[in-house]
Amino acid sequence: MISRTIPAALAAITLGHGALAAQDTVKVGVLHSLSGTMAISETSLRDVLLFTFDEINAAGGVMGKKIEPVVVDGASNWPLFAEKAKQLLDQDKVAVTFGCWTSVSRKSVLPVFEEKKGLLFYPVQYEGEEMSPNIFYTAEAVNQQATPAVDYMLDEGKKKFYLIGSDYVYPQTTNLILLEYLLSKKVPLENIGGGFTKDSSGKIISAGKYTPFGHTDYQQIVAEIKQFAASGDACIINTLNGDTNVPFFKEYAAAGLTAETCPVVSFSVSEDEFRGLPASQLVGQLGCWTYFQSIKSPENAKFIKNFKSWLEKSDVPGIVKEGRVTCSPMVLSYNGVYLWKAAVEKAGSFDVDKVNAALESGLSFNGPGGKVTTQKNRHLTKNVYIGETKADGQFKILKEYEGVVGEPFLKGTYK
Amino acid sequence: MSSSPVTSRIHGPLLIAAAVFLVVVMPAMNALGWVDHFTLNLWGKYLCYGIMAVAIDLLWGYTGLLCLGQALFFSLGGYMMGMHLMLMIGKLGAYKSDLPDFMVFLGHTSLPAFWKPFYSFPFALAMVFIVPGLLALVFGYLAFRSRIKGVYFSILTQALTYGAALLFFRNDLLMGGNNGFTDFRTMLGANLRDPNTQRILYICTALLLVGTVAGCRWLTRSRFGLIQRAIRDSENRVLFSGYATANFKLFIFVISAMIAAAAGALYVPQVGIINPSEMTPDKSLEAVVWVALGGRGTLAGPVIGAISINALKSWATRAYPDLWLIILGGSFVLVVMFMPKGIIGLPAQISGIITRLRRRRQATSPETTPPAASTEP
Repeated sequence: MISRTIPAALAAITLGHGALAAQDTVKVGVLHSLSGTMAISETSLRDVLLFTFDEINAAGGVMGKKIEPVVVDGASNWPLFAEKAKQLLDQDKVAVTFGCWTSVSRKSVLPVFEEKKGLLFYPVQYEGEEMSPNIFYTAEAVNQQATPAVDYMLDEGKKKFYLIGSDYVYPQTTNLILLEYLLSKKVPLENIGGGFTKDSSGKIISAGKYTPFGHTDYQQIVAEIKQFAASGDACIINTLNGDTNVPFFKEYAAAGLTAETCPVVSFSVSEDEFRGLPASQLVGQLGCWTYFQSIKSPENAKFIKNFKSWLEKSDVPGIVKEGRVTCSPMVLSYNGVYLWKAAVEKAGSFDVDKVNAALESGLSFNGPGGKVTTQKNRHLTKNVYIGETKADGQFKILKEYEGVVGEPFLKGTYK
Repeated sequence: MSSSPVTSRIHGPLLIAAAVFLVVVMPAMNALGWVDHFTLNLWGKYLCYGIMAVAIDLLWGYTGLLCLGQALFFSLGGYMMGMHLMLMIGKLGAYKSDLPDFMVFLGHTSLPAFWKPFYSFPFALAMVFIVPGLLALVFGYLAFRSRIKGVYFSILTQALTYGAALLFFRNDLLMGGNNGFTDFRTMLGANLRDPNTQRILYICTALLLVGTVAGCRWLTRSRFGLIQRAIRDSENRVLFSGYATANFKLFIFVISAMIAAAAGALYVPQVGIINPSEMTPDKSLEAVVWVALGGRGTLAGPVIGAISINALKSWATRAYPDLWLIILGGSFVLVVMFMPKGIIGLPAQISGIITRLRRRRQATSPETTPPAASTEP
């Protein structure tokens, strides 16, 4: 009613979208938080998606049709994500949607995409344990971030592992998988730090130390780490989220711990986070992603150059133009759009079932982070990189694992 | 005087028309295909918010208690219903287990004891009222007995909801942690993804809203309502007249919590998710803004406020994703500056301006006598 007709008329008048003939365009949804707590991370994904659409449109579009983005704001509000997903599928009838960052936003829209037979591309590292026929996960699975990082640490001669994270599903699940992985690598239980929670039967149901969102007092935890690391062969596996990394690393440095004595490998701190976090506290500490801006390849150089020149010309209201960087979630969004394009062209149709079949048949794209290939299990095969943080918020690449197959269901697989 | 309820003579038929429209016309148009399922579902959500707004107004507009934690009761109601819906997923979840997915996720092998009774719908429904009601009773008893009033009461309610949000974020509580509950399948055997089920849920919501408004209208016009307003305007006088104001406030606080909880219980199956972010203080503040903008101290005002602001939000997050906060904030400023009695006061305000203009014009022409009728009540 009010929410439909008046807005539709207003939108047509003011935005001029109605001017485009329906036959020549294909509507594509962009579902990210442009306001609220997640806006700082997700706005970058909106930007890179709009850039990718413009790049594809300039090259002739998808099967001759220009991409018409429908950008909505999920506002870091999870029920609103579900509402916006319904709107994109029911009213805008988008062919595909790119979006979500947090697991809870994905969980919130998943039933909507399944019910309305939509297609969502999800680009951010996550805990796995999910394989919806209506979501394609360009995201890093746990075995494309956490287990390679542990391998690297084992190669470096580390024998003790301390697990710390924010208290939500991604860190909890990652650490449970890591526990199994470490045990399978013959790391004894007493060399795994952070503590365990057991159920009544004595089975471990939670491993590692967890702090709530927005936690600031890490004095006690760092003191515990210092004791744990006294033997000199320990490292920290860090799944703390966003802002909480600042007080943690401050306390870490204040306690005299360094990357030499006890390195920290983080999974949630990318180049883009360093626009808000002080990189100086993290110099020498490690990160693990399937893309770093510092990768030397013609595809990456072209991607960075084109994105920056697009930013300069962009007239999106409020877009940040200064000091922009690229990071893994951005590149996985970019790859997602090109993989969808390839799937549509292979299927010869925008129909979700046909596009899904094409996606699951194994399509490849040479992206900025190297070659990525779609898998039958709706995840990507891609390269994994270990990098060392530099003072300018970039990473020096130390190690590359080529063509790692993404596996969503890992619990119970390492024995 | 200042915020007395609008006279029933004019608004009675209008309210009945609105009720018929919401309960009968909207779902009928949906069944005929004139209103799409998405819009009806959206209105179901708005009406849930409307019910919560009425609950807040009952406290704030009529009793002078500004509760900044009403969303807590709303969420608790939602969580109680959510627990039942989670168990009803059965083996349809990602792990094909009888346990809710998030428990399997966290490595649990058996259902915790406090979850077991929630297999029963009547039990869950009772809990929707009992849990938030008991919380309100205990909290209210302590607060009102200690004569906590005004801004201190507001701050305490805000702290309460913040504390609850932090508690529910914790995975140890076994209430789904940060992700909360989602991916519901059936309710009383009906498929929740079926438009017919959603239509029935919408009708239930509309009925609850109409019932709530009617019930509150009756309550606020009774002798009880008189004492309520007296407490709002001068609690000490009521106290010295021999009334135990704390008991009156406690009663209204518990009723208001239960109304919000019922709205939350209907909200969850329609929206499809409940998680602790619904308990964060900003959600309660948002609801207070709906009441303030719609018109405090009236019952229709908060409903109008909740529906119009959420409809504006739904529209603007799609049409102007980059600017919608400015649009929303700007409209708040406009209403506060130029519409002191909120949206519901607008017709009276306009007619007041017209009368004043007319009177001024008549005053300038000497032969006409000034009108006897005045706008003052």
